[in-house]
Amino acid sequence: MTTYEDRTTSPDSSAVRKVPTGPARRGPSGIEPARITAGQPGAKRGAVTRRGGRARIDGKGVYYKTLNEQLREEIQRGATKVVLDNIIGQRYIGTGLAYPGVTVTINGVPGNDLAAFMNGLTLIVNDNAQDGVANTMNSGLVIVNGNAGDVVGYGMRGGSVYVRGDVGYRVGIHMKAFGDSRPLVVVGGHARDFLGEYMAGGEIVVLGLGGDKSRAVGSYVGTGMHAGVMYIRGTVAEHQLGKEVRIAEPDEADRARILAIVTDYSRAMRMDPEPILEQSFVKIYPYTSRPYGRLYVY
Amino acid sequence: MALTTFIPSEFRVVIDKDACLQCGRCVRQCGWNVYGWDEDERRPVPDHSKCSACHRCVTYCPGGAISIKKNELAFKQSDSMSPDLIKAIWKQAETGGVQLTGMGNDKPYLRIFDHLLLDACQVTNPSIDPLREPMEMRTFLGRKPDLVEVAADSEGGGLRLVTELDRQLQLETPIMFGGMSYGSVSLNVHRSIAMAAEELGTFMNTGEGGLHADLEPYQDHIIVQCASGRFGVDSSYLQAGAAVEIKIGQGAKPGIGGHLPGEKIDYEVSVTRMIPQGTDALSPAPHHDIYSIEDLRQLIYALKEATGYKPISVKIACVHNVAAIASGVVRAGADIIYLDGFRGGTGASPTIIRDHVGIPLEIAVATVDQRLRDEAIRNRASIVAAGGIRSSADVAKAIALGADACAIGTAALVALGCHVCQKCHTGSCSWGICTQRPELTRRLDPEWGASQVVNLVNAWTHELAEVLGALGVNAIESLRGSRERLRGLGLDKMTLDILGIKPAGL
Repeated sequence: MTTYEDRTTSPDSSAVRKVPTGPARRGPSGIEPARITAGQPGAKRGAVTRRGGRARIDGKGVYYKTLNEQLREEIQRGATKVVLDNIIGQRYIGTGLAYPGVTVTINGVPGNDLAAFMNGLTLIVNDNAQDGVANTMNSGLVIVNGNAGDVVGYGMRGGSVYVRGDVGYRVGIHMKAFGDSRPLVVVGGHARDFLGEYMAGGEIVVLGLGGDKSRAVGSYVGTGMHAGVMYIRGTVAEHQLGKEVRIAEPDEADRARILAIVTDYSRAMRMDPEPILEQSFVKIYPYTSRPYGRLYVY
Repeated sequence: MALTTFIPSEFRVVIDKDACLQCGRCVRQCGWNVYGWDEDERRPVPDHSKCSACHRCVTYCPGGAISIKKNELAFKQSDSMSPDLIKAIWKQAETGGVQLTGMGNDKPYLRIFDHLLLDACQVTNPSIDPLREPMEMRTFLGRKPDLVEVAADSEGGGLRLVTELDRQLQLETPIMFGGMSYGSVSLNVHRSIAMAAEELGTFMNTGEGGLHADLEPYQDHIIVQCASGRFGVDSSYLQAGAAVEIKIGQGAKPGIGGHLPGEKIDYEVSVTRMIPQGTDALSPAPHHDIYSIEDLRQLIYALKEATGYKPISVKIACVHNVAAIASGVVRAGADIIYLDGFRGGTGASPTIIRDHVGIPLEIAVATVDQRLRDEAIRNRASIVAAGGIRSSADVAKAIALGADACAIGTAALVALGCHVCQKCHTGSCSWGICTQRPELTRRLDPEWGASQVVNLVNAWTHELAEVLGALGVNAIESLRGSRERLRGLGLDKMTLDILGIKPAGL
């Protein structure tokens, strides 16, 4: 069995005649190992163990395309709980999946675009996650029991992402709400700059647990934001805000919402919500739904 | 908003009083509210300043009484400070706003297509009569393998294909439709083009506005777009399309985002885009998950994962470094690269961007094709040329320069009645094309619209067949990248070299 790094040329066989097509090869050949035979017969499959509605897939050395194919297969065979072991950076886990009621647990660090375009699934990561978690996700729940990278929840339209630790830059960018779906991102730790940029709906909550309590979020918070709301535990200085947002004390409705979100988050994270709720929150909201309404002349 | 301080109207609405039947149809037909009605005299009274010269009233006036003239009010002749520039300054001085416009670049830059001439056979190799001999127009878009591996077939004694081919889009004519979103154009435009695409065996493109439920029956002939705002994008939308297009840029507005004003987001548009009614739909300038070729690759493969490995197209605007960018896009894994030239249309773009940013499609197609050939990766992606394709001659020339297929937007809208008045951004299109106002959109009957578009593309396809016949070839494939069959007339040497063609006479 070869690993994908080894497969820089097509499989050879005496029964196979090669007929070159296209122009003669000149310049760099641009070999792309990722494309060549990934997911094709011969690529390594992870060992699977099944019991009832449960399945475990060993992801060690398994290419992402094969791993995701195997995950879909197990769900289609009827597994409602799937555990992926030994995950090291495989991309697109849960991407495009629409299986409400199915739980996938990831042991290890999944790669970029975890749960992208996902439309109903519970994904639990027992480690850190990388960039692009819940990219354009429509519904479902992602729980990251570590840190997550940049652009968590880009263009997310529904469902929830709970991160235990910190997140990177541009988290919640262009999140939007529609109809009954209202996306929610809760960050237990700290968020870097450009949180909620272009935000067009939904909710972001940053708890700032651990580390520097005075600065749960970075700068340019809510730049270009025109709908939705953010609740930040602790304080946010005026200079940290984008110019399209205002800061306020949460009102009664906000406080009820914060209580509900923190309670649910704490249950998912197996934490005590009381100490979290002891410190006050601030609310960040856009001052207009049409920040660029008067920019143009016809 | 009436701007009256200094600005003379662009057009004069001239009504022949003797011919006027005083029926008031012009008043009802005009989406721009040009016409008032004089109750005493029972006559229409035009407000010239609102006229866009869309000719809706002219077309529907039963007496043939209306004509639209240029307002020939003379300005002191100046080749530098033209009346258009003077008026723009007045407008901006009054409002402080960024000038918006619609359609494609209308400035008198060199039109390279009009300086290219096609070859024909004489004496030595015979031309072909396309009316009596088969002409293969079928085109496959998508990644072609580096090598085709075949093995002996144990049963038949022949050969069988071992290589697993990537999925292809099959077009019965090398003409498809460019992305125009529902929201910028009306649903009846989408219906017309979807029906036409199905009948023609080609593809329409949703643009970044989602896929309306009414178009689902046509989904095998629809390419769905995923752009930076991700409007209307969910897993079922991605799976609905025959292919997914990642829109990086648009020829009419390279490098900038989109902005559908809240006024245009009615209930149906809001449901299709999956955003609340009345809010602005802001498409950011970049995809915020794409800051590099590697990131583009990540999105391409995310979309492949989400769609079961359908072809992924990447649409870029033709800008200075387009060949190097295209090389990166192809290496990122795009199956189709869609080049949108600087004359490409738009529903709304800042005038400065539309008129001054980007490069011509002809140059871009030639340089991208050459670059991909030089790097031996031309087979990995098909090239779609769009942005300023006005006729079948442009299609033939673009294909000879290296495109696999062409896409049309403006030309298809013209088939639906558009008069290219460049007021798409106002949302008052009297032809019911670029508007969401129900009293206007219902003017376009999708059945009629589809037949118009089908006729147009069929006519162009016949014309392409004539060109191929004259060239003595019997498949569009034989014209593809065949620059030897093109000559330049009145182009400088550098441009000829960049296009990879000889001047006429050589």
